Amino acid sequence: MLLIGEKINVMSKTIGPAMKERNPEPIVELAKAQVDAGANMLDINIGPATKAGDEMMAWLVETVQGAVDVPLCLDTTNPVAMEAGLAVHKGQAMINSTSGDPERIASMMPLAAKYNSKLIGLALTEKGIPRDANERMAVAVDIMTACMEHGVDLENLYLDPLVLSITVPGAQYQTLECINAVKMFKELNDPPLKTVVGLSNISNGALPETKALLDGIFFTMLACNGLDAAIIDPLETEFMNMIKTIKVINNDTVFCQSYLELC
Amino acid sequence: MVYSPAAEKYNGEIGEVVLGTDGVKVGGQKVLPFQGFEGEAGNHPIIAIEVLDVEPEGWPEALVEAIGQDVLGDPVAWAKKAQDEWGADAVCLSLVGTDPNAADRSPDEAAETAKAVSDAISMPLIVYGSGNVEKDAEVFQRVGEVLQGANAVIGPVKEDNYKTIAAAAMGFGHVVAGETPIDVNMAKQLNILMTNLGLPADKILVDPSTGALGYGLDYTFSVMERDRLSALLQGDKVLQMPIINNMAKEAWKSKEAKVSAEEEPAWGDAAERGILWEVLTGVALLMGGADVLIIRHPKAADVLHTTIGLLAG
Repeated sequence: MLLIGEKINVMSKTIGPAMKERNPEPIVELAKAQVDAGANMLDINIGPATKAGDEMMAWLVETVQGAVDVPLCLDTTNPVAMEAGLAVHKGQAMINSTSGDPERIASMMPLAAKYNSKLIGLALTEKGIPRDANERMAVAVDIMTACMEHGVDLENLYLDPLVLSITVPGAQYQTLECINAVKMFKELNDPPLKTVVGLSNISNGALPETKALLDGIFFTMLACNGLDAAIIDPLETEFMNMIKTIKVINNDTVFCQSYLELC
Repeated sequence: MVYSPAAEKYNGEIGEVVLGTDGVKVGGQKVLPFQGFEGEAGNHPIIAIEVLDVEPEGWPEALVEAIGQDVLGDPVAWAKKAQDEWGADAVCLSLVGTDPNAADRSPDEAAETAKAVSDAISMPLIVYGSGNVEKDAEVFQRVGEVLQGANAVIGPVKEDNYKTIAAAAMGFGHVVAGETPIDVNMAKQLNILMTNLGLPADKILVDPSTGALGYGLDYTFSVMERDRLSALLQGDKVLQMPIINNMAKEAWKSKEAKVSAEEEPAWGDAAERGILWEVLTGVALLMGGADVLIIRHPKAADVLHTTIGLLAG
């Protein structure tokens, strides 16, 4: 399972200013903490970054990769910033993200092909949020087709069913649709396409004491249906303990009494 | 279309452990045992000859003859012979005489023997206790101290005495052999306990407990196989230590290695049979990922060295 740490985000009260001031300490510290806790990739979210986004992304990639030995998931809608990050990235990066929107396909697909990056394909179009698993499938097929047209290796594609908060009125049923979509995405191709979710979206707006349960059980259900990767908060100990338990039950790691002490 | 052979994708490697003070290293594999065509096969496994602190009893005649009756009660002479005449890579001093149910030699006596053997040889020294957890803990506090600077391997360290012996190893700069009863889960657990204590991973060898050919070898092999697959394919860092097999006493305890040709005429020559039993046990363990084999017969050492050479290419 690819666990992508979500903490380096421009929206954060400490990280946002550190990004703008090019202050590496808080960023490096958070990168190390996430990797120590078990993340094997880190998301670097700079938002739309309309002003000098390219310089910021390149600086972040070099700063973070100078401190930890994991690949990064570059998270911005700004294609210039995206390319600046990809150009200095060591190893195989991940692009977060394209969607079914022709404009985003046109801006991100060529970069994924040029840099042989992994690519998140979000089941979303300019027309809005899909209503069920079938609509998600339709977008996924468009993204898959676009990959083939642009020469993006399907092995590098990670389809994201777009997780919504369970607290949104009228959207509760969407959670189950996401699980169904993950199962259906896998059947689109042989070898199966990979899947990813932004996990904590589900518990956005829920009470803090319910977050680990919502995230953890949702993750477990997705894992049972073939999920390959998730963007998560590795510093949530209770949730990470659930992931470690899943790894043991799945026979991905040798059981021992102190398995929770390990990554 | 160009043919490219299928190659396993590895996600981890076995750590290197330095033994002794002469630069002998074990481990370092980045592929399964002897799969050099897939990547770096690491350091060759080494052969340690077992030397007892007291004169052995009940050993088969042919084995006694091959070792030489004259050295059997003299661990220093025995160790020198292993080094100078038999081409051993290391010596394993077995302190069987410290067993409270046997000669009950004191920690001081054991330390004296260990020091004398260590001073007499230039290759790495492995010291195994009697396996009595309380006595071994006492013995290794003394033995560890007198061997300071020798970077010896001390063991077996078990869950019930790891704190004392691992502390002695850390204090006096030795490597430990952590022993668990043919159980990969417990092997992993013991490694966690010892590293939590502050013992570095490159000071640990895994002793999975060894059953001889016909006496549980298949169980040992399965545990070692699981251990190496987890370490190399799943990248389990807590299992990426080299493996030591204390196999001599098991191989030579078997009826097949011991019984005379008069008693079992159909089994053929006893001298050859004993060597074969030890060699075949050893070869199976090498295939399972052994890095250090503790054996007894000089001829078995020869054959195993040749086998390692052939397998490693």
